[in-house]
Amino acid sequence: MSFMTKPKVAHPSLPRNELGLTRRDYEGGMSTLCAGCGHDSITAALIEAVWSLSLRPQDIVKLSGIGCSSKTTAYFASGAHGFNGVHGRMPSIATGAIAANRDLHYVGISGDGDSLSIGFGQFAHAIRRNINMLYVCENNGVYGLTKGQFSASADIGTKAKKGEVNQQPPIDPALAALSLGCTFIARSFSGDKEQLVPLLQAALSHPGFAMVDVLSPCVTFNDHEGSTKSYQFVRDHYDELVHTDFVPLRSEIKVDYAPGEALPVTLHDGSHVVLRKLDPSYDPTDRGKAFEYIRTKQAQGEYLTGLIYIDEQSPDFHEVQGSVATPMNRLPYEKLSPGNAGLQKILQRYR
Amino acid sequence: MEPTDVRNPDYYHRVVDCQWACPAHTDVPEYIRLIAMGRFTEAYLVNRDSNVFPGILGRVCDRPCEPACRRGRVEAEPVAICRLKRVAADHRDAVEHLLPQAPPEKNGKRIACIGAGPASLTVANDLMPLGYQVTIFEKWGQAGGLMRTNIPSFRLPAGVLDDEIRYIIDMGVDLKLGTPVNSLDALLKSGEFDAVFIGSGAPKGKDLKIPGRDGTDRIHIGIDWLESVAFDHIKTIGARVLIIGVGNTAMDCCRSSLRMGANSVKVMARKPRGFFKASEWELDDAEEENVEIVVNHAPKAFVTQGGKLTGMLFEEMEYDLVEGRITGERVKGEVVISCDDVILAIGQENAFPWIERDLRIEFDKWNVPKVDPVTHQSTLPQVFFGGDAAFGPKNIIWAVEHGHQAAISIHQYCQGLPVAERPPPMVTLSSRKMGIHEWSYKNDYNPVERRLMPHVSLKERFKKLNIEVELGFTPEQAEAEVQRCLNCDVQTVFDAKLCIECDACIDICPVDCLTMTPNGTEEELRPRLKAPATNKNQPLYVSAALNMTGRVMVKDEDLCVHCGLCAERCPTAAWDMQKSTINIPHASDGKNPWSKPQRKTA
Repeated sequence: MSFMTKPKVAHPSLPRNELGLTRRDYEGGMSTLCAGCGHDSITAALIEAVWSLSLRPQDIVKLSGIGCSSKTTAYFASGAHGFNGVHGRMPSIATGAIAANRDLHYVGISGDGDSLSIGFGQFAHAIRRNINMLYVCENNGVYGLTKGQFSASADIGTKAKKGEVNQQPPIDPALAALSLGCTFIARSFSGDKEQLVPLLQAALSHPGFAMVDVLSPCVTFNDHEGSTKSYQFVRDHYDELVHTDFVPLRSEIKVDYAPGEALPVTLHDGSHVVLRKLDPSYDPTDRGKAFEYIRTKQAQGEYLTGLIYIDEQSPDFHEVQGSVATPMNRLPYEKLSPGNAGLQKILQRYR
Repeated sequence: MEPTDVRNPDYYHRVVDCQWACPAHTDVPEYIRLIAMGRFTEAYLVNRDSNVFPGILGRVCDRPCEPACRRGRVEAEPVAICRLKRVAADHRDAVEHLLPQAPPEKNGKRIACIGAGPASLTVANDLMPLGYQVTIFEKWGQAGGLMRTNIPSFRLPAGVLDDEIRYIIDMGVDLKLGTPVNSLDALLKSGEFDAVFIGSGAPKGKDLKIPGRDGTDRIHIGIDWLESVAFDHIKTIGARVLIIGVGNTAMDCCRSSLRMGANSVKVMARKPRGFFKASEWELDDAEEENVEIVVNHAPKAFVTQGGKLTGMLFEEMEYDLVEGRITGERVKGEVVISCDDVILAIGQENAFPWIERDLRIEFDKWNVPKVDPVTHQSTLPQVFFGGDAAFGPKNIIWAVEHGHQAAISIHQYCQGLPVAERPPPMVTLSSRKMGIHEWSYKNDYNPVERRLMPHVSLKERFKKLNIEVELGFTPEQAEAEVQRCLNCDVQTVFDAKLCIECDACIDICPVDCLTMTPNGTEEELRPRLKAPATNKNQPLYVSAALNMTGRVMVKDEDLCVHCGLCAERCPTAAWDMQKSTINIPHASDGKNPWSKPQRKTA
């Protein structure tokens, strides 16, 4: 963290997006996380992603729970809506908000504690309902705010700062999401924005629950030798499986790929992602194989990164529920409230 | 690219744009911080160390530092460096006891300086503390050279000039006023001096030989006319005055004319604006006084009637401009502009009628002496040149720097050492880290805009010739202006070994000047940085290969605001904010090799 705020002065040649805004216009408050925290890099990647998609800040909803990760929402898009919920309960708030207004872009920020321990049930049900949101899991393997105890994503054999060795098997959010039917699963690393930014752009354009697990080293409690989530370890063991190039709406796919090497996928809003497979045998649209592949790599101690699985066909929450297309705050009162007669009619059904 | 060699003193010096641009390399950020702390006397002394005349230069310097100032690239206007120098000078306490002193015991070497202008005075300033005996010969009755004769007193009050000259003369300089040197041969033959420094300026104003030039006494050479004004030899001028030329001398001529009784003054320019030689601020000051600047008029003839000047004939010009360059010109017509006096301010040159041509001092085909650009030595080893006398008209701050360099040469020469062997510049770095997020400099960017210099009202200022127009900054203005300095001398120092490539510095940098990227050639790196480095005049810093990925850290120095956030956000202190002190050697820093060894006392 720093005591002074980031000066407003900017590079005069800073590019502007379709709304005429610069990246700096999507910044938020000054981070109070530790200097060098991976979460701050994810914030920068989020800023880059929402800026490049030309989202209006007032059309973005930032949601989070509790933890170092959950502070992230304060550090970008200060003009956006925000809700900081109870520990692990962000998915409920998100589900409610999404049900009420489908016109906004929902960005949920969680961590390994918030998602995989206290909020694991909430996480699972949000996936199950396929609510339309970007869900970022800032994964550092420790409880940073409470001084670095192992979290549910800590690997067997990883060492804590004071030397204890973790014996419990980890919950892998990507594997969990795969088994729960998640329609967009990606993994990346806070130290690799070239990979992370297009993934976030694609996830924001995906119609359904897009889970992006981001390995985000904790500089204070989990960046030492023996840790499997330090900057050094992740750099040594991360294995990019499918490289994603995001092609925004109304742009042509210009890059040439050898046949069989690339797989263009059209997203719901008309934009594209081009998946460049670094292992030709891999199929990011085959859930079963993806599961197996991650398990194999996990056994080898490798972090598989990139867009692991994508399914653009499954219906999202709105489609399944037949929810109203107009945001509820724009529905006339008569439509929102059934009135006494209407209520009686409903109650009659239960008598 | 190869990793940047930051041990080369020039690297960090270049980052301090103002200091690099200043011919005398004044430590600008240091004195601005001292002003911010209210330590005016120390700020004055930091200035004096390099530019010798802070009070004078704080008013009339050509300020090459300001166009170079990084603040001017980050936003529109540079820091008012020159005006802040004046703040230091105006508010200083007595400094006499803090200035260098000449030792009572002399070293036996005698130096003659010809002309008591800024170059000679600087030579004396640097050599007196080493025990030299310096004699200055001055043709006029007062010291100061061009600063006295050509700069009007409404811009530079005599008192300011007197004080700063006195500091030097009071070291025991033998100042011979009203003593022109009429023969260098005689001076050399007298055997009185071990070395001679010629700082006699460029005293010959250019004439305009066009029809009608002769037969009237109302056509004046600019610098001669200013000299006559300065010494009270003339007290009036006609009501309508034309100034020919648009350099800084022209600006002084037009504004002086207004104070000598003229009520309509036109500055006649041959070319369009943008081709003027005068500094922008001097043009502004003249126009504020309702001087009319007439462009595209080329002088053709003086118009006289019965020996009386009545006007001037001009050709009206038209120019073809392509990207700011003149590609063609033609005459559109002719016009007579009536006037009572004409002042010619079209340039000046050096002239040495008093240097015999058989002294082994070689002159080139333009009759200018051949002078080594580094050592200032002429082809006659004991004769050195500096100021306008050396390489033609420049400005005061260049004259000061010439004086410093010539003093080093003279000191080497008098010790029998090669003059080309010069003490190298040095750089020292010291961390400004105080605590976890605390620095011993104010690192926050202050968005305040440049302060405007308050002036004496137009009603008041013409009442007397010597009413100083600029009032100096008010305390509130100075307080705001000092905060505009970006502390470019507090350097971002990077240690590649410590970097864990977490991106924190890159994410926080407000001006996107940092990038971690695979190495490449400079041409290839510049366009692919986070913000493309388009200003080729500004260097790129390139680190050694980083531990984890072998990429390099690249910093584009161009727009760094030295806020220190990269260092605040760095978890491993791979970035640190360190103050660079550029040690520019002067002769006076050297030892007096002739002094007797000090006897140690118990």
